[in-house]
Amino acid sequence: MRAVANVWRNLPLKAKIGVWLFGFFVLAAIIGPEVAPYDPSYANPDPALLQAHPSAQHLLGTTQTGQDVLSQLLVGIRMTMELALLVGVIATALSVIVGVTSAFLGGVWDEVLSLLSNVFLVIPALPLLILLLGYLPGKGQLSTILVLSFLGWPWGARVIRAQTLMIRNRDFVAAARESGEKSWRIIALDIIPNEISLIAASFVNTVLYAIGASVALAFVGLSDLNTWSLGTILYWAQSQQALQLGAWWWFAPPGLAVALIGTSLVLLNTGIDELGSPRLRASRGAAKIAGHRIWPTDPTPVYAQLTASRSRVGAFLHSFSRGSLLDETPAGGEL
Amino acid sequence: MSPILEIQDLSVAYRTPGGDVRAVEHVDLTLNAGEVVGLCGESGSGKSTLAYGATRLLRPPALVTSGKVLYGGCRVTSGGHPVDLLTMSHRELKSMRWREIAIVFQSAMNALNPVLRVQDQLLDAVQSHLRLPRGEARDKVATLLDLVGIPRGRLRAYPHELSGGMRQRVMIAMALAADPEVVLMDEPTTALDVVVQRDILAQIVELKETLGFAILFITHDLSLLLELADRIAVMYAGRLLETGTAHAIMREPAHPYTRGLLNSFPSLHGPRRELAGIPGSPPDLRDPLPGCPFVPRCAHAIDVCTSVAMSLAPVPGIPGVVSHLTACPIVTPEVSQEGVLS
Repeated sequence: MRAVANVWRNLPLKAKIGVWLFGFFVLAAIIGPEVAPYDPSYANPDPALLQAHPSAQHLLGTTQTGQDVLSQLLVGIRMTMELALLVGVIATALSVIVGVTSAFLGGVWDEVLSLLSNVFLVIPALPLLILLLGYLPGKGQLSTILVLSFLGWPWGARVIRAQTLMIRNRDFVAAARESGEKSWRIIALDIIPNEISLIAASFVNTVLYAIGASVALAFVGLSDLNTWSLGTILYWAQSQQALQLGAWWWFAPPGLAVALIGTSLVLLNTGIDELGSPRLRASRGAAKIAGHRIWPTDPTPVYAQLTASRSRVGAFLHSFSRGSLLDETPAGGEL
Repeated sequence: MSPILEIQDLSVAYRTPGGDVRAVEHVDLTLNAGEVVGLCGESGSGKSTLAYGATRLLRPPALVTSGKVLYGGCRVTSGGHPVDLLTMSHRELKSMRWREIAIVFQSAMNALNPVLRVQDQLLDAVQSHLRLPRGEARDKVATLLDLVGIPRGRLRAYPHELSGGMRQRVMIAMALAADPEVVLMDEPTTALDVVVQRDILAQIVELKETLGFAILFITHDLSLLLELADRIAVMYAGRLLETGTAHAIMREPAHPYTRGLLNSFPSLHGPRRELAGIPGSPPDLRDPLPGCPFVPRCAHAIDVCTSVAMSLAPVPGIPGVVSHLTACPIVTPEVSQEGVLS
């Protein structure tokens, strides 16, 4: 528990914002459909409630057919998050399997698997997705998940293959091999743990891709339009001319939700990066010493000059900061 | 001999959330022109922090908290007044680096770029500090390699194609590229075996004789300094405990810590004796005790040791050796009389 608290304290602000945002949407996905005030598909026949502005009854207004936008949003977030996380898990698992195997086994296996991932990389994904989903028998959630996973692994696989190639040549792997460890044990205990941050980053990226792609597919109508996801809300909003009619409460919330989920994932990713390599964090920021920002490329600061060069206003402001407590007894001063 | 680098009352701290780690405390050290000064001490005693702090190469959270570092090289000081490195701007320091004060870094393997040829790396050093035309710069690089005894045929080699000793020689050649007045050597031979180490040290002395630069040689190997250095400074827990000529330190070590160091390696002559190490480990620099930092490990400590001001005073009983100084109150009674904090 303390370890978790420590990690949290050391996270950069960006990552903390990312965690909060993402947590908010996960929460919305879990409890959303339970707390949704109306059935998202129920079309209220009351003519006053057709494309009504947001009000106390309908917090985010209604659609042209009298459906509650907030309820649609809450149910839609569940659908979209579910899909994206599943695609993330499946595609990341695929990319770890392919990447690690090809790098670890080398030789013919490496050639074949690299060729395969390169082929998948150059396939233009969106047109293929449209084609596949157009011809697949069911247009439901499952086929979307399978198709997105099937096309989403090669980026991760390439990165993980490169990292595995590097780790495979390290001395501790050679030592494990010399001592007669089985290949799967070396992979599971020596190689994968060294790639955790990379795998996590790859997972986050894949989730991001899945959200983008699934919303885009639903927006062009290639998903089950009887269910509610962020993409289908946008599809109906677009097909019933919400924009032209000025019904911003209809298309802005789902659009904003997609944008915010994406933002939270990007922020999370930078956080994972810096967690994985503490050097990244240490070498980038400026340190604050005696109220001055010192960059790693600056010459070593001299205390007497730092205090001399501070303006009176700056000194006054600095006296309130926590760092000023350290200045009271400058190191090297008499005890 | 005139002082070329004079470190006065230098203190360097690392500012951490738990308080300042006082890595170097009130150190005075003078480097004369053409002299080799050895700085020795165990790991974490502050020798590298002293050298890099004085040249302002430490990254944050390091902070120089007091002192002066006067540089008196003739190319910089036209009027004869030495300049203070600690008041210089970023740009002034940049023009000083390599041209005046060069550094041989600890591990040549990490300090050389593995994807560039030796020639190109040396050319970089020459061209960025001397502004020579290309042809002349190439000649200069070739003569630099001659100086350190690497055949010219290796100019186009990559670092991984050279042995450890050769790489270290390349680093030395690079340090000499701009004909500096002071060369800091931070454990330049630590990773090498003794035979190669000897070769390189002999070469360093020879180069020093011909080119006339001064060397501040940092090492944890006191026996090596006894042979190489003109003067030796012994450092412990961020403070200087003793300075003196190599001869005086070897014959008449005054501070118990220096004696402990000298007793921990075997002598080639004389009867066999049991080697005595120094028990215990260095103190926590975040919360230094007053007085001598060596007290907890010292077999001779007396009451006055815990309150003495650690300023160096001449060692009595060694007439003629004025430069032999120590801060130990046992061997230099005047320290304990004058310097005790009231």
